[in-house]
Amino acid sequence: MALAEATRPRIAGGRNWTWWRGALVHAALLAYSALAIFPVLLVLVNSFKTRRAIFANPYSLPTAETFDLVGYRTLAQHANFPLYFLNSLIVTAGALFLILLVSSMAAHALAEYEFRGNTLMSLYLAIGIMVPIRLGTVGLLNLISSLKLVDTLWALILVYTAQGIPLAVFVLTQHMRQLPRELKDAARIDGASEYRIYRLILPLARPALGTVAAISLLPIWNDLWFALILAPSERTKTVILGTQVFLGQFVNDWNAVLAALSLSIVPAVVLYVIFSRQLIRGLMAGSIK
Amino acid sequence: MAKLANIAEVPVGTSLCEGWKPVKRVRKFPTHIVVFLAPAVLIYTVFMIYPMLSSLWLSLLNRIPGEGTGFVGLQNYVTLLTSEHWAPRFWNAFRNNVVFFVIHMLVQNPVALALAVMLHSRIRGAVVYRTVIFTPAILSVVLAGFAWRMVLNPVWGVSYTILDFFGMGDLDRPWLGLEETALVTLSLISVWQNVGIPMVLFLAALVRIPDELVEAARVDGANSWRVFRHVQLPLIMPSVAIVAVLTFVGNFNAFDLIYATQGSLAGPNFSTDIMGTFFFRTFFGFQLQPGDPHMGATVAGMMFLIILTGVLLYLFGWQRRMERIEY
Repeated sequence: MALAEATRPRIAGGRNWTWWRGALVHAALLAYSALAIFPVLLVLVNSFKTRRAIFANPYSLPTAETFDLVGYRTLAQHANFPLYFLNSLIVTAGALFLILLVSSMAAHALAEYEFRGNTLMSLYLAIGIMVPIRLGTVGLLNLISSLKLVDTLWALILVYTAQGIPLAVFVLTQHMRQLPRELKDAARIDGASEYRIYRLILPLARPALGTVAAISLLPIWNDLWFALILAPSERTKTVILGTQVFLGQFVNDWNAVLAALSLSIVPAVVLYVIFSRQLIRGLMAGSIK
Repeated sequence: MAKLANIAEVPVGTSLCEGWKPVKRVRKFPTHIVVFLAPAVLIYTVFMIYPMLSSLWLSLLNRIPGEGTGFVGLQNYVTLLTSEHWAPRFWNAFRNNVVFFVIHMLVQNPVALALAVMLHSRIRGAVVYRTVIFTPAILSVVLAGFAWRMVLNPVWGVSYTILDFFGMGDLDRPWLGLEETALVTLSLISVWQNVGIPMVLFLAALVRIPDELVEAARVDGANSWRVFRHVQLPLIMPSVAIVAVLTFVGNFNAFDLIYATQGSLAGPNFSTDIMGTFFFRTFFGFQLQPGDPHMGATVAGMMFLIILTGVLLYLFGWQRRMERIEY
């Protein structure tokens, strides 16, 4: 009996104490979850209410009387949000595609072939993991304007690609080193070219590609700095920049501000609901070197 | 690119090829390696490394009266750190940034660790809690900053109602509008938003600790605190160090939150000015002061030095003393 007791992990304190501790942990986590979600919910709920109701009962859900889309109407009149969404989508998808393509190629080379300078190349590509690209802004703006790319979506796509490459190559190289040799050797015996072998192993790297996509996506979608500096024109504004400008102009129109905030939160939240597992797993995997 | 050229210089059939595990028989120039590496290296070099170097170079140039733009050595840095016009602004931004960082280290990371330990304690619904607590981290800083600006706005009165509910109504103040409280408030908003990331990193480290270690300690009569203090904490120290250096780099590079909530003037009266906003104003100008690429590059150069110091301290100081833990 004593032995059976001792092998059970949670024995210290007995049953009553365990129950109390569980309750305390739940209380703490619930309280923090409330804090985490409260401002977001407050913004979302109030964006559907009349101005009067926003101030009179900020905590109540919109009712038939207080429901009002005036904020969204102001938004539709004064800012071209569909275009901003399209811009953000093009930039994020374009940069993500390029990151995955060029980083998987580079990672394949670094993981598969032993050539002189392999380690040095890995280190060179890793500099950008720790040194933020933002510090080169002055040089970058000069470069982008001499390439005549200012106020184009290409400027953003290329800069976000460069920003994403270091971590992507690092994570993909780690993963590709662990892929089984046999498959590649068998393909070589069958006369496959080195390019064919890359295409052969790409599907095997799918989990790592998912990780990279998940951790690269949000910084690109949410970036304000480069959108503001490289492509601030009306035609090329991203959602985040468009929202920022709109918020600045309509600062006292509470309906409009709450509507703009809600509208920009939605895509991120939808993506998060779909990809939260990959994202969190990706962050966890990225931290284990 | 220099490294790539080296491959071509090695005589064919020498030790270079000996090392190739998969294809020992290939003796020709390894074009495929170049093809695989070129796109990534090219984009990365052109749009990241080159701008950074050219930015550092620009910080060594300035207008010389009568000669146009020329090389002035470290003069811009001396001006930034000592001149009457620049130094007070620079040191103000630096001091504020240190405060910003210290608050993250003292609040964000301990809270993240506490949350991670609680989520790891086999509690029911841990995944739901984790997902909810991580939510702010997926939002743009612009949205998070503005949402809090609304909540804290005295006109709305939400913050008063909540504080009053807990009997602390007297504490209600326009926190973002007062010089003494704006910086701390913004730091805490940033903590609120980012706490999920270190939390997940700590959680990943805790998950990797084998159950036997924790159970052995429990069997020996250790309570939860002692298990945490003497078993879990020492084993997750590498993650603690990584989180510290990530916080450091992220904080000394921060910009969006301050810009979104307080504007590029980082008000009130520059009390929330940090390196990022200072850099932005110096480079693009504000009010009557015209933008200055050379001084802007100099501020970026200082940020580079600060971040580099932090990263090097981590690489050579902290990481070297810590052993890799293998289970």
